[in-house]
Amino acid sequence: MERRHIQCDRDKCTGCMICEFACSAAKEGRFDLELSRIRVLHATPTLLDVVACRFCRHAACIRECPRGALSMDETTQTVSLDKARCAGCGWCVEACPFGAIALDDSVKTVIMCDLCPNHEQPQCIEFCPQKALSLHVSGTGKD
Amino acid sequence: MNPYSGKCLAIDLTNRKTEVRELPQGLLRDYLGGAGLGARLLVEWSRPGADALSPDNPIVFACGGLLGTMAPASACHAVVTKSPLTGLPSSSVSSGLWSLALKRTGFDAAVITGAASYATYLFIDDDQVHFRKADFLMGKGCLQTEAAIRQRMGDSRVQVASIGPAGESLVRFATIKDGYRLPHRGGAGAVMGAKKLKAIAVRGTRPVSVPDISKLQKACADINALLHKSAASAGQLSPAACLVSGGGRCALPARNFQQSIAEGAGSLAAECSRKDHFLKAIACPACPVACQHVYRVTEDPHSDDQVVLQEEALAALGPLCGMYHLPVILKAIELCQFYGLDPVSAGACVAWAMECFERGLLSSKDTQGLDLSFGSADGVVETIRRIGQRKDVGDLLAEGVKRASAKLGQGSEHWAMQVRGLEFASCDPRGAPSLALGLAAGLMTPGLDSNEFPASGLKDEEDLTAAADSIGICRNARLYFRDFPAEAAQLYTLATGTTMDPASLRRAGERINNLTKAFNIREGWQQADDRLPPRLFKEPVDARAAVSEKDLKAAIDNYYRTRGWNADGLIPREKLKALGMDDIQEILKGNWHGTPSHTV
Repeated sequence: MERRHIQCDRDKCTGCMICEFACSAAKEGRFDLELSRIRVLHATPTLLDVVACRFCRHAACIRECPRGALSMDETTQTVSLDKARCAGCGWCVEACPFGAIALDDSVKTVIMCDLCPNHEQPQCIEFCPQKALSLHVSGTGKD
Repeated sequence: MNPYSGKCLAIDLTNRKTEVRELPQGLLRDYLGGAGLGARLLVEWSRPGADALSPDNPIVFACGGLLGTMAPASACHAVVTKSPLTGLPSSSVSSGLWSLALKRTGFDAAVITGAASYATYLFIDDDQVHFRKADFLMGKGCLQTEAAIRQRMGDSRVQVASIGPAGESLVRFATIKDGYRLPHRGGAGAVMGAKKLKAIAVRGTRPVSVPDISKLQKACADINALLHKSAASAGQLSPAACLVSGGGRCALPARNFQQSIAEGAGSLAAECSRKDHFLKAIACPACPVACQHVYRVTEDPHSDDQVVLQEEALAALGPLCGMYHLPVILKAIELCQFYGLDPVSAGACVAWAMECFERGLLSSKDTQGLDLSFGSADGVVETIRRIGQRKDVGDLLAEGVKRASAKLGQGSEHWAMQVRGLEFASCDPRGAPSLALGLAAGLMTPGLDSNEFPASGLKDEEDLTAAADSIGICRNARLYFRDFPAEAAQLYTLATGTTMDPASLRRAGERINNLTKAFNIREGWQQADDRLPPRLFKEPVDARAAVSEKDLKAAIDNYYRTRGWNADGLIPREKLKALGMDDIQEILKGNWHGTPSHTV
């Protein structure tokens, strides 16, 4: 199985945050940017980047989770969360080198990108008007 | 479930108290949000005849109706207050991250009344409001203020709307920096300065819900694709485009309306398009268009000094002052950004002073040796700085050209290019009768996007603009909709669940415009105020005839008639009734101050 994650062409990105609107709409059924799994970073008005889970090969979040709630799903190569085990302690949030994990305070669990398995393609990519987002595909390292 | 929270935050700076008031759904439906809701709240909260810079003049920040949803180009809020330039209500729409943060605090609007006894900044943290000392911010520029507050909070989600030194020293056209651009015209920054309110920091984390999110998303995706395509192919929103597209749009004035732009426009446009200054076009939240053209101020590639070059600022600080050199214009805009000045009024003031200087009304002694002839780079940059500091000639200009020309006298009123006190810079009504009418009698601030329309179409154009400013769809993006009234009505219907058709959208716009007009009348507007500066009647420019006084009078009479007003431009009682505004007369008397009927 190949590994995939969301990547952003910074030159094309205008910082419109439509990806965040689309993500929260898909995941939460409302426009709740706090709970978007993808984030636009406005470092300066012109220095923009987008952060979403990279599904690292040796993921620090999985390693650091004290309850073993996170694991790598071998079939989809995405990080899956066992909600029953997650207590929302936020260690994975701290451990992630990309800042791609957020905490949903209302239900005390963490949230991260899952590449929208129920949709044809990730919703951020589908709605990005500038076509700045795409899927980065790489091998598993085993091949 | 709709994007309106139905709540209004009232902040009393004098007593350092806040309260939450309910906004009935009917009121929100009638006035939509943004400019309309802001005007309505201002009417309710202000006292007749209050001085714009007194504690009695409230300042309202109202979220556009669609703000917080994915609707295209909808991240707009309006600032509505009585203008220190005109003494009449002024509303201006801005968009950006601050607008979105304000909406996400869970309020549809914030009304700020009274005045603090010492320099204060507000921190609205969802539903919590903190009053904080702003000593450490005084004298800081807008961006520096923003950075200092954000650093203190340690949270990048905090968005800041601030005034610069110009607002602190009550320059009458000081602006509020709360988005990428400096869009607030009419001196809202001075109103904040008079309240000793240096900044409003906002952290909003609340969700915005809509009845049927997938339908709305579908509609948004379709419109986004269209907007993106047409905006990219047209390229009309780049600052260079406004300089070269003479046909169809207004021809830009030069040298304080003594000439038109013909000379030098091409080379300036070419400079704007070159890559050494232009960095990137960026977008406001939820906008597919990306019209904010960011430029680097100096040629130094490591410099962090960036400004958004807006067409109107380019026109006002460039050709209007006889200046066709881009780096100077960018430096002037950067100074406007630092001091918190409206670049359009600032440019018009500099141009007026330059003409006074060339005609010998201002001497080198008055300007402290500064060369103020047209096209002088030092003249433009240094005068802006002095206005920001209220120093020497800057102190005179800081009052706006109407007051400055009245003070200087000697016929300088003749070339003071203002209407009711508000300077205009980027549209020349000579040879364009509909623009002349819009400028003289219209209710919206004319700008570059004022297209030519039949004189009878002014009402329709104004109503639609008022509706767009209220539901909060950006004027720039509006140009690219296929059928704006229908598409906007559809978006509003999907987002709020309240059925809206193009006719009722226009009607809401008409209601909002009549409210503005009624407020103007309360604040002393007279028919004689609907006039243009004398220069436009007397001096033709570049084969374009001067404005005909007779034709303008006829057009104004016709406009009043189309609006259903009487010959003196006043609104008959029946007209208000027909628009469902029976309550407005009682409110206008000012009896409602602080105790609107819908107080919880």
